Amino acid sequence: MTPAGRRGPLPHLRGLLPYLRRHRRSLVRGIAFLLATTALSVLAPWVLRHAIDDLTVQVTRQKLLLYAGVIVGVVLVEGLTRYYMRMVLIGLSREIEYELRNDLFAHLTRLSPRYYQGQRIGDLMSRASNDLSAVRMVLGPGIMYTANTGATFVATIAIMLMISPLLLGLALVPLVFVSVIVRYLGRRIHDRFEAVQEQLSNLTALVQENLSGARVVRAYAQEPHELARFEESNREFLRRNRRLIRMFGTLYPGIQLLMGTGAVMVLWLGGRMVVAGTITLGEFVAFGTYLTMLHWPMIALGWVVNIYERGEASMGRIRQMLDAVPEIRDQEPLPVTELRGEVEFRDLTFAYDGTPVLRDVSLRVPAGQTVAIVGPTGSGKSTLVSLVARLFEAPPGTVLLDGHDVRRLPLAVVRGAIGFVPQESFLFSDTVADNVAFGLPADAPDRPARVQEASKVAQLTGDVAAFPRGFETFVGERGITLSGGQKQRTALARALSTDPRILVLDDALSAVDTYTEEEILRGLRAVMKSRTTFLVSHRVSTVKDADLIVMLREGRVVEQGTHAELLARGGFYADLHRRQLLEEEMERTA
Amino acid sequence: MSGASFHEDDTIAKSYDRQLLVRLLRYLRPYRAAVGVSFLLIVLMAGLDLAGPYLTKVAIDEHIARGDAAGLRRVALLYLLALVGAFAVRFAQVFILQMTGQRIMMDLRREIYSHLQRLHVAHFDRNPVGRLITRVTTDVDAINELFTSGVVTVFGDVFTLIGIMGVMLALDWKLALVTFSVIPLFFLVTNWFRRGSRQSFREVRKWIARINAFLQENLSGMTVVQLFRREERNRAAFAAINREHADANLRSIFYYAVFYPAIDVLAAGAVALILLSGGSAVLRGGLTLGVLVAFIQYSERFWRPISDLSEKFNILQAAMASSERVFTLLDTPVKVAAPAAPRRLAAVRGAVGFEGVWFTYAEGEPDWVLRDISFAVEPGRRVALVGHTGAGKTSIISLLARFYDVQKGRVTLDGVDVRELDPAQLRSSLALVLQDVHLFSGTIESNIRLGSDIPDERVRAAARAVHAHRFIEALPGGYAAEVKERGTSLSVGQKQLLSFARALAHDPRVLILDEATSSVDTETEALIQDALRVLLRGRTAIVIAHRLSTVQDVDEILVLHKGTIRERGTHQALLAQRGLYWRLYQLQYKDQERALGAAPAATA
Repeated sequence: MTPAGRRGPLPHLRGLLPYLRRHRRSLVRGIAFLLATTALSVLAPWVLRHAIDDLTVQVTRQKLLLYAGVIVGVVLVEGLTRYYMRMVLIGLSREIEYELRNDLFAHLTRLSPRYYQGQRIGDLMSRASNDLSAVRMVLGPGIMYTANTGATFVATIAIMLMISPLLLGLALVPLVFVSVIVRYLGRRIHDRFEAVQEQLSNLTALVQENLSGARVVRAYAQEPHELARFEESNREFLRRNRRLIRMFGTLYPGIQLLMGTGAVMVLWLGGRMVVAGTITLGEFVAFGTYLTMLHWPMIALGWVVNIYERGEASMGRIRQMLDAVPEIRDQEPLPVTELRGEVEFRDLTFAYDGTPVLRDVSLRVPAGQTVAIVGPTGSGKSTLVSLVARLFEAPPGTVLLDGHDVRRLPLAVVRGAIGFVPQESFLFSDTVADNVAFGLPADAPDRPARVQEASKVAQLTGDVAAFPRGFETFVGERGITLSGGQKQRTALARALSTDPRILVLDDALSAVDTYTEEEILRGLRAVMKSRTTFLVSHRVSTVKDADLIVMLREGRVVEQGTHAELLARGGFYADLHRRQLLEEEMERTA
Repeated sequence: MSGASFHEDDTIAKSYDRQLLVRLLRYLRPYRAAVGVSFLLIVLMAGLDLAGPYLTKVAIDEHIARGDAAGLRRVALLYLLALVGAFAVRFAQVFILQMTGQRIMMDLRREIYSHLQRLHVAHFDRNPVGRLITRVTTDVDAINELFTSGVVTVFGDVFTLIGIMGVMLALDWKLALVTFSVIPLFFLVTNWFRRGSRQSFREVRKWIARINAFLQENLSGMTVVQLFRREERNRAAFAAINREHADANLRSIFYYAVFYPAIDVLAAGAVALILLSGGSAVLRGGLTLGVLVAFIQYSERFWRPISDLSEKFNILQAAMASSERVFTLLDTPVKVAAPAAPRRLAAVRGAVGFEGVWFTYAEGEPDWVLRDISFAVEPGRRVALVGHTGAGKTSIISLLARFYDVQKGRVTLDGVDVRELDPAQLRSSLALVLQDVHLFSGTIESNIRLGSDIPDERVRAAARAVHAHRFIEALPGGYAAEVKERGTSLSVGQKQLLSFARALAHDPRVLILDEATSSVDTETEALIQDALRVLLRGRTAIVIAHRLSTVQDVDEILVLHKGTIRERGTHQALLAQRGLYWRLYQLQYKDQERALGAAPAATA
């Protein structure tokens, strides 16, 4: 973060300076081309001036040919410099955009789940696209047109001063207003445009509300009322659009009018000067051309100010993201490279935004054991296992792996040792094989073998064989849609493929039918034998063979023991067991 | 925003279709006059824009050359007049045309929306709401572009071009023909640019879509990325896509970097030609200097209409793709249609009957959700539907509200098939209270009343009767309190009570109730139970029951299992059977009994 204190103009956009510094050679080159372009562009009208002046007296065909040749020649060279100017300056903005976007994503990969819970993905997306593009506008067109406007001003005004300072003074007046109205109307148009967009989102919300409440609308026969509501919103949209169009309809014609007025000034006053002999006819025509050359910079001036304004606001939002400090990261980690898989919770109390989720949990799991965690929704099961993978930050000394505080272990070692199957099996739109091998190094030589092996245990192989391209079938939008159970089994295979010391199944088989679950568990048994396993589940059938079953309620361990022990106790677990037997019985009733 | 919207642009390549265009043009018909005026204004505008260079010619030849300073003022004044006129005409033209476009959009949106009101509810389960919204917003917008920037302005460009050429020919046809020789080059360069930049733009869009898809996926699945230590590799993968995007952009800069200088060179070429050919003519005395200057100024105005013209094709294509999607939606047949000659009951008594009803959501497949369901409910009687998820409870109440039509058998109200009844009468005889209470943005009051014509007193009386009055009064603004974003500020229990008030205020003969399963605190639970009694009093009721008190109170319980009625009878009788209901009872209601036993004071 930048030290607080001095805040000059555009404080956020200053964050771009390091990037610009890195590209300073291109920047200097681009500006040089820009200056050359401007210098050349004022030459052609000057040649025209001499040609016309010569025509008023007497001139040879050769000289005319020379003039025409010079004009075309100058413009050709100017075209070349203009080409390079654009390539270099706009190219520069694209390069910095590239770097900035990479930096942004890299930073996002370092932020913890807690950060993401406080954000809407849509917002983050909009920053990475819309805001970034507003900042890019500053770097590209912003810089280019600022420099171009400055240079063109200096060059054309210098020449026009040579022709007639008086004429310049008068002709410039309406042009100054071009900048003023572009700036002024530009801002109001922006405001009104925002108002239109706001109404569009109101309209969208209304449609969304109506469609998602379609049953209520139908049931209460509210269609006419809903149509009336829509009509009203639709009319408001029209009203706001009318306001926008009125403003917007003034801008372009207004610019034309002001520019034309400048031309009228030149025609009238300049014409009188020619009659009076103060300036030549050639100068008169050239002056008009130079004045036309000022048109675009005048528009650009107002426009560029708006670009900077929007860019500044956008950069502010991007900086907000970049300034978020990663909550979970390595801080002087212990030199541990491998873990055996012993897990201990020691007097663990964990609160989430002030609400305690886990209270006084103490539990020691020797390496290689299988622990099942059961309990009602919201009892803290998922939170408990996610602390093992350090997805959230537990208080120091409360979560230990192999006797070390998880906070002192290298993050990569911790996560490398854990195969986690989350509750929601999130897959990537990639091939099945790529999804299963997600945690393997890209160049792992035994990749195909591991994918096969893990898929077999997860009972995925049969399904994959039926896919159109087997393991190379794409998953998701670009490919096939997997069922809930298939997704969960893929996620399971993904966790198994890394051959982890600690396996965490966070209610990971809920969408798998009982028969398949049985099969999976049978396959897993061999796998689980050699590793520490956490099984979070609602189903007794899943957990009954665990070495230890832990019952959580409202964040506390209320019962623990083996299946037999807990049944004998006749507490919560026994009750859960009884209900599930009944439910299974119902299922079987045909 | 969903990920889907980032991919939809791919379909733009759809080819141009004449039928679509004809159908689109029909929307212009009500605004014939406005469109006509707009045309006239465009022609006028093109004419006024031509005045400048011509007046310069007049000024040079007739006044400056003759030393006539007074006449110069007249010309300047004329010029100013032309400018002001062009300003007024241009403003009027933009305003009229844009407003017409907006009106057409409004018509189209209204048409789509009212069609959506008639489509049956399953349509919204099948189609993501987001996509339907796109039809009403984005697609309509693309069609608007066709009217405002496409069809009409093409004529403006053509007129301007023809106008310039006409004036030049009139001034000096030989010099004009010489100058025109650059026009084909303008076209060539512009077309090269359009094609190239469109191609590269498409490329850029493709990579933007990839970037967005990648970001969307990685941000949503960041936990998985971090769990499997994929940060480094995904950063690299992102950088690769990002690089492609940057490169595609760099390629597109090339077209711009070439195009603008090329236009400059062509313009300079035209000036050089005029200077050469016209200059010689001036020397011979065959041409005045004023005409030469006017030619130079006109030649600078060639390329804008030319470049605009070639842009129009893109707009046309985008509009065609959008209109195809819109028309497909508009052409979706309305499945649950009102009967041609609806029957109206003089007074609804509230007898409900299901006679041998078979039903499936997937038409054409014998995947029956309901099989041969028959039952009758006398007016004022109550029936509870119980059963596992997927047993068919929701389907039964949906059929009664006629969200769908049955495949076999019939559903009746007072002995009349619901398909023959006036839908408005059918639905005003029913009130539906669903688990998930849907609130509309508006006030508390408007959520009870909805769009119906219910007086204030009845709204308040209904709220009072279901114990909603107290919490409503406590809200800032009371009955006028704003309900935001689906009522997030209200508790689950409060929303329940509000939906009861809504149903009671509408005073239906038949109440369809899907009891909420979500747990509320004991005090609210007591309020809800009491409110339910009030709500059910004197009405026919079909209840998907989750409460013990409800199943104990009803006249008949239908136990559904896999689409059939497996058991029926009263609570006590069914318990005595020790069948399916008994097991369900153990699972779903036993706890409530225990809870009631533990805290009997709560219900008092």
